[in-house]
Amino acid sequence: MPDATTRTIEIECFRYDPETDAKPRFQRYQVPFTDDMSVLQGLQYIKDHLDGSLTFRWSCRMAICGSCGKMINGVPQLSCHSFLRDYYPRRVRVEPLNHFPVIRDLVIDQSGFLDHLETVKPYLIPKEEQPLAAGPQRQTPLQMDRYYQYSQCINCLLCYSACPQFGLNPDFTGPAALALLHRYNADSRDQGWSARREVTNAEEGVWSCTLVGYCSEVCPKGVDPAHAINQNKVNSTLDYFGILKFLLPRGDAK
Amino acid sequence: MSRFQSTAKTYIRPMSGWWLKNPYFIRYMIREGSAVFLTLYALVLLAGLACLAWSPEAYAAWRGLLDTPLSLGFHVIALLLVAYHSLTWFQVMPKTAPKLPFDPRLIVRGGLAASAGLSLLILVLLWWVTR
Amino acid sequence: MKGSNEPVFWSLFGAGGVLSALIGPVLILITGIAVPLGFLLPEDTLSHANVLAFVQHPLGKLALLTVIALFLFHGCHRMLHSLHDLGFRTGTRAAFGFYGFATLGTVMTALLLLIW
Repeated sequence: MPDATTRTIEIECFRYDPETDAKPRFQRYQVPFTDDMSVLQGLQYIKDHLDGSLTFRWSCRMAICGSCGKMINGVPQLSCHSFLRDYYPRRVRVEPLNHFPVIRDLVIDQSGFLDHLETVKPYLIPKEEQPLAAGPQRQTPLQMDRYYQYSQCINCLLCYSACPQFGLNPDFTGPAALALLHRYNADSRDQGWSARREVTNAEEGVWSCTLVGYCSEVCPKGVDPAHAINQNKVNSTLDYFGILKFLLPRGDAK
Repeated sequence: MSRFQSTAKTYIRPMSGWWLKNPYFIRYMIREGSAVFLTLYALVLLAGLACLAWSPEAYAAWRGLLDTPLSLGFHVIALLLVAYHSLTWFQVMPKTAPKLPFDPRLIVRGGLAASAGLSLLILVLLWWVTR
Repeated sequence: MKGSNEPVFWSLFGAGGVLSALIGPVLILITGIAVPLGFLLPEDTLSHANVLAFVQHPLGKLALLTVIALFLFHGCHRMLHSLHDLGFRTGTRAAFGFYGFATLGTVMTALLLLIW
């Protein structure tokens, strides 16, 4: 039964102001909530009614824009996609996404990820450019199935916060970028293995992964980055020993 | 230099003790820790081989060491950890395979069944040969 | 970005991982627990004569070399990465140390097996 009555929950927020603070601190707020309120709505209540200085990112409120990721009781989650009722009567602790530099309060600097995303060339690289006049490039359901799951990524960075290898080494290309690398490699319209091989085969590519596997657990969109990365360890190994070129089904746009 | 690097002053949180902060990471570290015991076990076998090459007395001493409580304790812990390695190895095995046309859990079950079958085969063979 | 040589060590790690996942537990059970306690198998299963006969057989040699070498490479690879996980800097020198150790153990096993 949905409960329309208002209860009060304690939200503990990570606070950091680069202009005044040398180190972060935690601040607690008493937040009235109803059963239908998300953790994001709790944060919005704080900003509107209790403390206008609390800073955090959000946009769509419906788990598709990927802006509102936070550590909620130590677990990377979309704050619009987790509900205060599930934590009550315990306290909810909200921190910025792990493994990223903190700009202010709950806002992280995701520029490192953008650099990695650019290196994987996340767009179709065909062997021969198709003129528009050639019409749509048809795919069978089976061909689409090979990459569809990976194309669901919303760049919310929860997987980076779940990945200790990224935390230990920010040069690691990381789960989402490598999942998108595979998304294009696996597409029947793409022949870009060679264009992406340098980043795939590098220490900072698939070889920084130790298959912790938590990235795939926390993804709110059902993407399986651990699967993308680890099947490309096999591909990278075949490439290293010079076998892969015989196995690329569609040739290579070198 | 990064195209996107911001110039903002940021706070970077330390990584120390990260593996204690989530049960998922604790299980991961236990899995990785199995390697210490597997390596030591390989060295126990290597030591036995070296003793065998040295003299029958040296071999008897190595064989005697296996009967000590210290050795038994070590092997019990090694057995538990390597069994956990075995379970987790088959659990993550589908991640290294391309997309499968069947339920990936079949790989996990198949691997565990193969492990159980081979173990039984080795035990029966050994029992039969040394009977 | 520099291409990694990890494929070589990852392949050995993977082979050792499969082998130890399949028969690691039963080998530890046999040599470390069952035979010393005389449980499931008689205590003289690992008698000098039995083990000597095992290492004199070509298949016995092959089995022992495969088990020791692959277990060592699997274990050393994981331990090297675990050191990194625990926050130690693991550069080329650490890699040389760990993989060198596994190689040394493999060579020693092979040389010992050549005696018989």
